[in-house]
Amino acid sequence: MPGRFSFRDDLAKGAVRTVNLLSRLSARGSGTVAGGRVGLAIAPNLLAHLADGREFILVSGTNGKTTTAAMIASGWGGEVAWNATGSNMPPGHVAALVNSTSNRAVLEVDEAWLFAATRATKPRVIALLNLSRDQLDRANEVRLVAERWRGFLSNERDLTVVANANDPLVVYAAELVPSVAWCDVPTPWHIDAVSCPVCTKPVHFEEETWWSECGFAKPTVIATALTDELFVDGESYALKLELPGSFNRSNAAMALTALSRVGVDVTAALSKVNALASVAGRFSLRRWKGHCIRLLLAKNPAGFTAMLATLGEVNDDLWMAINARVADGHDPSWLYDVPFELLRGRRVYCFGERRLDLAVRLDYAGVDYVVVHGERALPVSDSVIDVLANYTAFQEWRAGSTAC
Amino acid sequence: MARGFDGVLKVALVYPELLGTYGDGGNALVLEERARRRGIEVRLVRVGVDDEMPDASIYLLGGGEDGPQRVGVDLLRRSSFVEHVRDGGFVFAVCAGLQILGTSFAVEGDDEYQGLGLVGAVTRRGETRAVGDLVVRVGDRRLVGFENHGGRTQLDASVEPLGVVERGRGNDGAADGFKTASAWATYAHGPVLAMNPWLADELIASVLGHELEPLASAADELYRERLATLTGHSSSGRLP
Repeated sequence: MPGRFSFRDDLAKGAVRTVNLLSRLSARGSGTVAGGRVGLAIAPNLLAHLADGREFILVSGTNGKTTTAAMIASGWGGEVAWNATGSNMPPGHVAALVNSTSNRAVLEVDEAWLFAATRATKPRVIALLNLSRDQLDRANEVRLVAERWRGFLSNERDLTVVANANDPLVVYAAELVPSVAWCDVPTPWHIDAVSCPVCTKPVHFEEETWWSECGFAKPTVIATALTDELFVDGESYALKLELPGSFNRSNAAMALTALSRVGVDVTAALSKVNALASVAGRFSLRRWKGHCIRLLLAKNPAGFTAMLATLGEVNDDLWMAINARVADGHDPSWLYDVPFELLRGRRVYCFGERRLDLAVRLDYAGVDYVVVHGERALPVSDSVIDVLANYTAFQEWRAGSTAC
Repeated sequence: MARGFDGVLKVALVYPELLGTYGDGGNALVLEERARRRGIEVRLVRVGVDDEMPDASIYLLGGGEDGPQRVGVDLLRRSSFVEHVRDGGFVFAVCAGLQILGTSFAVEGDDEYQGLGLVGAVTRRGETRAVGDLVVRVGDRRLVGFENHGGRTQLDASVEPLGVVERGRGNDGAADGFKTASAWATYAHGPVLAMNPWLADELIASVLGHELEPLASAADELYRERLATLTGHSSSGRLP
């Protein structure tokens, strides 16, 4: 029974803390996964038990989970239980809840674990950001994810889904939920939704809307709209984020909508969200071998496309690092789904285990590139250099650099 | 001169919205650039699902999920694609594209969906999914790539495979793809031509009907590195 902590649960909680502490002390991990695994092995229902009596917001989708969860945590104010390191499967969820007694919790959830997390935590709100291709060598086809979400969400009566109205796959997943707050937020990536999830015919994307011949179309009753201004439930708000990128404006709009659905005053939350400057090392200024760098993370075609649009206004050199390990997906074919042509006129220094794959992509895109085999190839510069890296490359650069 | 070439190399990327799961459009870019850099006039056409099938020197079919693969083959059947190919057009197909050219294939909900029948090849559902690196010996060269599919393809005795599998599954663990007078195919999905510049050049040469001058590019180093990595000779250190 949820809520009744057994001896076994207490033992499991102790194990989570001890193993995570050891993991951190031995510097072998971020200290959020190993302990959670041990705890769940001792008490398989630990997550549901830890969740009991708390109010949850869950965040899922391909891109923006960590940032949106950070915005919710800071906008909520006070202590919030939160899986801040981005460990977004059950061990990470357990660790977040063991480490905080707050009765408010926000968890980012891996797309494949949303059903399990929903069942265990009984959230008030689930925010569904977007769905696009990502790590196809180990993850499910993205349409299957949408289908599964739709299947279990249609039975959820006691929660509100905050959903992106401009992502047809998200709309397909959420449209049967009785309570949905649709968010009309800019979502440039459509390639995974060009054929209709209902009838497979083409989805037509127009300036303000999208539709398919079978009648499946963009929802018309909108809770939140984001253009130059942000409107939530008809009220206008001044969104002035410290974080760069139009995708972060979309994330903020959805975070604030989620908070409004648990009764938080949007104006009060807004100032805290606006002030957020770095999330889990993303956008942080770091020092690496005498260079001052700004670390940027993108993990898949949609993420890279959004990030390239953000970086587009300047013409400085750009450093990029690409790996293809388990956590990145072993297959870097996706490089050909990213419009690197946007970088023409700039020089890109290629790092990472798959720097040659990147170099070839840039070569065919007509972008000037340098394959970096050693530090000597790097020009000395006083200005901040943007380093755009995919997942494990980002972790390496973060670990290999120091705070500025 | 081959019949599919009239002075302009026309590359048709067929239904990229359906058959372009993972960077497959890269093959079109590679052909276009490698031809252009040799001074060959080249035109790239993206054929959308609502478009007429154009006349082209080479048609590219990519990979796709089950639903889109089914929609794709139905659209191709109704289009003039097969006539264009019988008329001298050349096809390069990867993954789902390979299956589509064959006699039949298995998709979700149907074990025997009819293909275009341009090549005698039957694809059944494999017991496991093949996900990982693929190395294929093609003549005296090696093709390196990545496969991600659930098919097991059997070729008619008269159909020549593209090559012999040295790592991964390909069609059936022994052979990969096929090579006919009008179509080449492989299970190495995505931008396989980016990783194998020699294959891109052989394709262009085959459409043009003559040998090409060598073209040095960044892809040469990538090909050497992948070949060394996948055949056991690991390479170089890295930063940071």
